[in-house]
Order: sequence, then C-alpha cells, then structure tokens
Amino acid sequence: MAASKYLGLAAGVLFSAAALAQTDLLDELEQQADTAATPVVATFKSTRIINGHSVETVQRHHLDFRISHRFGRLNSGAYELFGLDQASLRLGFEYGLSDKLMIGVGRSNEQKAYDFLAKYRVLTQTTGARQVPVSVALFGSAVIRTQRSFIPGEERTFSEKLTYCGQVLVARKFSERLSLQVTPTYLYRQRPELATDVPALWAVGAGGRMKLSKRVSVNAEYFWTARGSAQVPYYNALAVGVDIETGGHVFQLHFTNSRGMVEKHFIGETTGSWGKGDVHYGFNISRVFSLEKKTKRASASW
Amino acid sequence: MKSYLPGLLALVFLTGAATAQSTLYATNSGETRFFSETPAENISAVNAKSQAILNTATGELAVRMNMRDFTFPNKLMQEHFNENYMESDKYPTATFRGKVEPAPHYTQKGTYAVTAKGTFTVHGQSQERTLSGQLIVTDGTIELQTNFDVALADHKIEVPKIVFVKIAQVINVKARYVLKPYKK
Repeated sequence: MAASKYLGLAAGVLFSAAALAQTDLLDELEQQADTAATPVVATFKSTRIINGHSVETVQRHHLDFRISHRFGRLNSGAYELFGLDQASLRLGFEYGLSDKLMIGVGRSNEQKAYDFLAKYRVLTQTTGARQVPVSVALFGSAVIRTQRSFIPGEERTFSEKLTYCGQVLVARKFSERLSLQVTPTYLYRQRPELATDVPALWAVGAGGRMKLSKRVSVNAEYFWTARGSAQVPYYNALAVGVDIETGGHVFQLHFTNSRGMVEKHFIGETTGSWGKGDVHYGFNISRVFSLEKKTKRASASW
Repeated sequence: MKSYLPGLLALVFLTGAATAQSTLYATNSGETRFFSETPAENISAVNAKSQAILNTATGELAVRMNMRDFTFPNKLMQEHFNENYMESDKYPTATFRGKVEPAPHYTQKGTYAVTAKGTFTVHGQSQERTLSGQLIVTDGTIELQTNFDVALADHKIEVPKIVFVKIAQVINVKARYVLKPYKK
C-alpha cells in the first residue's frame, strides 16, 4: 500500500521535473523580466494643456519652439472679422536640461511682457509591481511687464513690474484616452495692475484631455481664482480646444476668454466673459527639435 | 522501502534540474537596433534590455523585449513610436520563438553561420520567419547576431501619409545577444 503511494509520488515528481525542463523558454523570459515599474508616458501631448502648463516637460537636450496666438473677441463683429484683425502673440523657447527639468523664456506682446520659467517633474506615474498613481511637477515663473504705464505720471520700480507664479501640477492618465490634472496656483504681484486688486492671488486649475484618435484630442481647462471681495473686472479663465499632432508638431486650436498666454495674464487678468461672448479664437504651435548628438547611429557598426 | 525513497526522489529531481540548467544560456541585456532609412530622414533606435534564452541541447531559442525599452535620440519620436505606431500599451512586447539550425559545436570555439526558424511577433501580429545570422562560441558565452528586415505591413503597423517625419515601409533590424550560462 505504502509502496504504491510512494510510487505515485515519485512519478509525480518525475513528471514535474520533466515539465520543468520543458518549460517554455518565452515564459521563462517573462518571469525574468523586470516588471517593477513602467513609467506612464504621454499624459498630455504638449507642455501646455491649453494656456496652463501640463505635467509634461521638454525632454533632455530638446528645444521646443512655441508660437501662440490669441485673436480678438468673436463678439467684435464682422467689421473686425470676428477678432481676426487683432492678435495677441507669445513666442517662446523652452529647453530640457534633463528629462525632468526644463527652462524657458518667452515674450508676449500683451504688456510687452517677458517670462522666465522652470518646471521640474518630481514624480512620474507608473504601472507594474510598484505603482505610483499620479505624476507631479513643480512650476515656477517670473514675468516682467516692460510696457510703459498708460496712467500719466505713474512710475513703477523694477520689482513693481514683476509677477511671480508657483504651481503644483498633479495629473493622472486614467486610460489611454483620458488624462486629468489639478493645478493649485499661487500668483504674487507686488503691485497689481489695478489698485483695487490683491497682490497675492490663490487659484486652482483643473484640466484634462480626451483622445478622439491617436493624433487628435479634445482639451479643456478652467482656473478658479480666490479673489474674495476685490473689486476687479476680471473673470475666471476657461478654455476648450483640440490638439492635433503631426509628427514633430503639435497644433493646439482653442477658444478661450483670455487674451494672454502666461499665468500673470490668464489667471490674474482675464477680462473676457464667456457669458457675454468675449471669446478669443487662438492656437499654439509647438515644434520640438532634438539637439541630442547623433552618435548612436554611427556606433552601430556590427 | 521508506528509507531510500526520499533519496531516490531527490536524486531524480536534482538530475532533472541539473540537466535543465546546464543547457540553457541567456541574457537580459541584449541589444536590438532598428533603422528606418528614407531619402528625407534616417531614424534609429536601440533596445539594450532585450532578453534571449537558448537551449543548446535542443536548439530552441526565445527572444523577448519591451517596446518601451527602445530609446530614440529624439524623444518625441520615441513617444510616437509607442503611442501611435506600436501601441505599446496594447502590445507591450516583441518576441521570437524558434529553433537554431544547424546545431553548432557548442564545445568548440568558433563562428558558425546559422538560421533561426520560428515565429516573430510584433504589434500583436505573428509571422513565420527564417532569420539568418551568426552564432559565436567563446569561453563560457554564446553570442548570437542577426540582421533582417521587417515590413511594416506584415505586422499591421500603420503610418499615415500626412506625417512630417518620413518612415520607411521596411525596417532593418540588427540584434546582438551575448548569452551566458543561465542561473535561475
């Protein structure tokens, strides 16, 4: 009795040993594969959702040349060709110092403003054994208004022309198609454009994108500002648009109630109201150049 | 009866494991490169984390790599490669499963011309391929090299006509895997 039991056991062990030797080699590789954490990439197509920054940064040794336009208001009528006769423009050069850190400089004709920015990706969403639920980036910028004041006799010191912005960008790519972001924002103007405005302004942005196809997505973005009782003619910024990607370019076409394209302007000084039809058609064109030395190709001689 | 059975079992088990081990050679850091050459633009990428395993007793060979491990000099291209062309979320790996022929003298150093006949899978589409290359036996390592072409259409990889970046319809692939005795 006992012997037959052992015999069965022995057969079982033999069989499993044979099975071990026969293990499919591909399965063997799969078990050996490093599956600790796979970073989630392309949460957004561009470094901007529309006006505001996304968690994406320009990659190491890549240069992003950005041309952004906001036309006049749609409700300005046929005489102004529904806003197309006017244009607010920003030109920007943005560069990736590393895969996580980017810097940039831009110039807007709105208030003849120069902006200097830096963005650092502190956390990247991952899948796999070690999961990180969100990507997080920190953004900081300084904007200087160089346009002379319209108010006769008004003189501003250098620091009174400056606006600082700090943001924490928290985004999650929920699926291949859907990405959402929340953006707590702090804006500081030592001397706001209007005497009735507050120097320190808190705001929270929310934005997202929904991919319609591999190359086209619908984007939306809203910034709520905590102005309290300040008597100012400003509105919260709302923008909706589409991203179209064509190889090296990303075209962003949108409607927004903001004329400006830097945080000082669209978060702090949006004068248009969607309810009144003060809507601007606009676009961003982003062209990314790789400045990485092309040595890798030459080294593949074998 | 009882006294020698466990010993016998252990012996059977160990022998089985030992034979299985001694014939396997593998790597987790093989290099796979590909080249897309058109008059307008040359694109290349490298995957330095390719896995390969060879059973020298049977000639069976398996290769596996994550599409996301391909690195491009241009990161935007890398993103497009994963997002738009390879759909790496849906089809995360490329694999080959086949058999090396003719069997070289694994105990004798030298360079052998061999072919590997089997199934090549990328973008979820499998093709029966016979890849030719070299097998180089050195002290303690077996090196595999191959150079072959992949037609995008064979694997249903779609490249739209309007893209600014020109991509070849046939991609040249080169691989070099230095295999070492495999330990679990």
